[in-house]
Amino acid sequence: MKYEPLPTRPGIRFEDAARAALDNTQLRRNMGKATQTIRAKRAVVVEELPDWQALREAGRAIKERTIRHLDQYLLELEASVQRAGGQVHWARDAAEANRIVTSIIQAEKAHEVIKIKSLTTDEIGLNEALLEEGIEAVETDLAELIVQLAGDRSSHILVPAIHKNRSEIRDLFQRKLGHSNLSDEPKVLAAAARAHLRRKFLTVPVAVSGANFGVAETGTICIVESEGNGRMCLTLPRVLISIMGIEKIIPAWRDFEVFLQLLPRSSTGERMNPYTSFWTGVAPGDGPRAFHLVLLDNGRSRVLADPVGRQALYCIRCSACLNICPVYERTGGHAYHSVYPGPIGAILTPQLVGVANASSLPYASSLCGACYEVCPVKINIPEVLIHLRGEVVREKQDHPTPGGPDVEGLAMKFLSYAFSDRKRYERVQKVGRVGQRLMTRGGVIDRLPGQLGGWTAMRDVFPVAPQTFREWWSARS
Amino acid sequence: MSTARDDILSRIRGALEDIPSAERSEHVAIPRRYNEQESIPHPELVDRFIARVREYKAQVRRVTQDSLAASIASACTARSVRRLLVPADLPPGWAPVAIELVVDRALTYEQLEACDGILTACTLGIAQTGTIVLDSGSGQGRRAATLLPDYHLCVIYDDQIVGLVPEAVARLNDVAHRPDRPITWISGPSATSDIELNRVEGVHGPRTLEVLVVETVRTATSTDG
Ligand code: SF4
Repeated sequence: MKYEPLPTRPGIRFEDAARAALDNTQLRRNMGKATQTIRAKRAVVVEELPDWQALREAGRAIKERTIRHLDQYLLELEASVQRAGGQVHWARDAAEANRIVTSIIQAEKAHEVIKIKSLTTDEIGLNEALLEEGIEAVETDLAELIVQLAGDRSSHILVPAIHKNRSEIRDLFQRKLGHSNLSDEPKVLAAAARAHLRRKFLTVPVAVSGANFGVAETGTICIVESEGNGRMCLTLPRVLISIMGIEKIIPAWRDFEVFLQLLPRSSTGERMNPYTSFWTGVAPGDGPRAFHLVLLDNGRSRVLADPVGRQALYCIRCSACLNICPVYERTGGHAYHSVYPGPIGAILTPQLVGVANASSLPYASSLCGACYEVCPVKINIPEVLIHLRGEVVREKQDHPTPGGPDVEGLAMKFLSYAFSDRKRYERVQKVGRVGQRLMTRGGVIDRLPGQLGGWTAMRDVFPVAPQTFREWWSARS
Repeated sequence: MSTARDDILSRIRGALEDIPSAERSEHVAIPRRYNEQESIPHPELVDRFIARVREYKAQVRRVTQDSLAASIASACTARSVRRLLVPADLPPGWAPVAIELVVDRALTYEQLEACDGILTACTLGIAQTGTIVLDSGSGQGRRAATLLPDYHLCVIYDDQIVGLVPEAVARLNDVAHRPDRPITWISGPSATSDIELNRVEGVHGPRTLEVLVVETVRTATSTDG
């Protein structure tokens, strides 16, 4: 299957793709298990922090400050990275970013690069662009490796291979990695990937990564990961290229005290992810001898121009909004036809590519408000969704397509399909009960109840009161 | 022809036209009403650190300064570590007897990989999250050295343990400005949940992490003061 980078295929509507996904039982089962599990873990570690809401407030404010003064911070970051011995490149769009990366690799005379999972490189279709130049990009995250070996696409930001079960993965490794009798034990499969990739880590001269954060003040780049492939890629090759969306910037080193609490707990539901790497330019005698930072626009400045929609750029890609979303849980990531699935995808993709090119995505939501409540940087996703629906309607009035789809009608039909079918509803209830057991600690049911119950409850109280009176008052002054 | 840099900056400035021109970045207030310091007594912090490191399936043990070299030796023996990689500036008194030490003096990756384990110090530990932090300071080695061997034995003195993430970030502020001091936070061995969400500990990097927590010897003056 050919991978579709942004822009999304204009002809494909969310509701059609979603229906196909709903008919795929295994996908639905795996997705349900994944979202339930991660959601329950997240609830426990979030509950543990008495100052969680204060951290969210701070996270949002830091991002708001950055986005409102993005030009200033980008220039500061550029100067800091250069001072530390790194090189900075600017890319207006995907093609330009791919050209920059390609020429750096060609200058190293490399035919292979190792990669750390990165939505940004997926967004620009880097692997395909490199392949056209005869350069093979080897994905080193286990899930990405699985997806890449299968010639498939990611279905979840965090666990991209969640639609594959262990025997499929075993068969794939036997076929592609030259193993003859692997068991389907996850430990055995992980060890097979370790052995396969170790040789690559030690021999491939160039690594390509995204970036979780870039610090304007110091020029420090941060990668947050679990498997250690990130550390390998950041340390062993002689050249490192990091591609960073311009919105990933944070003003100061100190701001990590907020984001390194918000991100791991929201993302994998851990107090801290196993490995977090920070580097500032080039360290003599330790790690790559050259560091390139590519700053990518690719539609972000367009998002920036919308005062309501620009909050989508605060996103730290934790995927908490995906895991809580009743629509995403049923359809999986593929239905969104974009590298950014789920609620964040529904607001980011149409803005990146223009609402005319993704007009059904703002309708891929029931506006239940759960995504806003879990978002660690308090992006008001329902607000942006409603705003974008207005844009879609305006767009249709300005450019009517005779016989074109009644987007809202179709979206409503989809939602009623997803929620009204009796068997589906019962399955959801059952999953909900299991979820409650998972989330029960010391006899107390955590604040994230079974999903459908949660959905209806939150729908009744929508919109969620975003602030306490005191927070509101102090934010005003 | 304008450069990409000029174009992007001018697009951004155009997009932000609604922001009052008199607004400076520092005018956007950042409410920092979260906890910046843990208030529980230090011995409890140490207990919490140990418990949380253990939750990540890392080995963790309390030792005394006097028994440190012997504890390092017994940890290595228990893991069948015969060739132990050490940074060139290993603190005095740590070297275990009867274990072959390989000193990292610009060794090749293959030579690093041929070692059974690596012994390092760290710069601090975070009780809240069970994290050890390496900042390329003394006794911590370069990044490849803590990555290629399959076993990482890390020594931390209990007075290096702080309570919360903000305390750790504040202490790292100076080294974060320095290119020669890359920083790595380690919270348990590497892990993946990519196969049917089953957690597997140890993917790349050292599959076993062991932490020795050394009871800090306090001099008479420091206990009195
Ligand atoms: S929108 Fe918020 S919850 Fe969703 S991925 Fe981004 S930061 Fe996480």
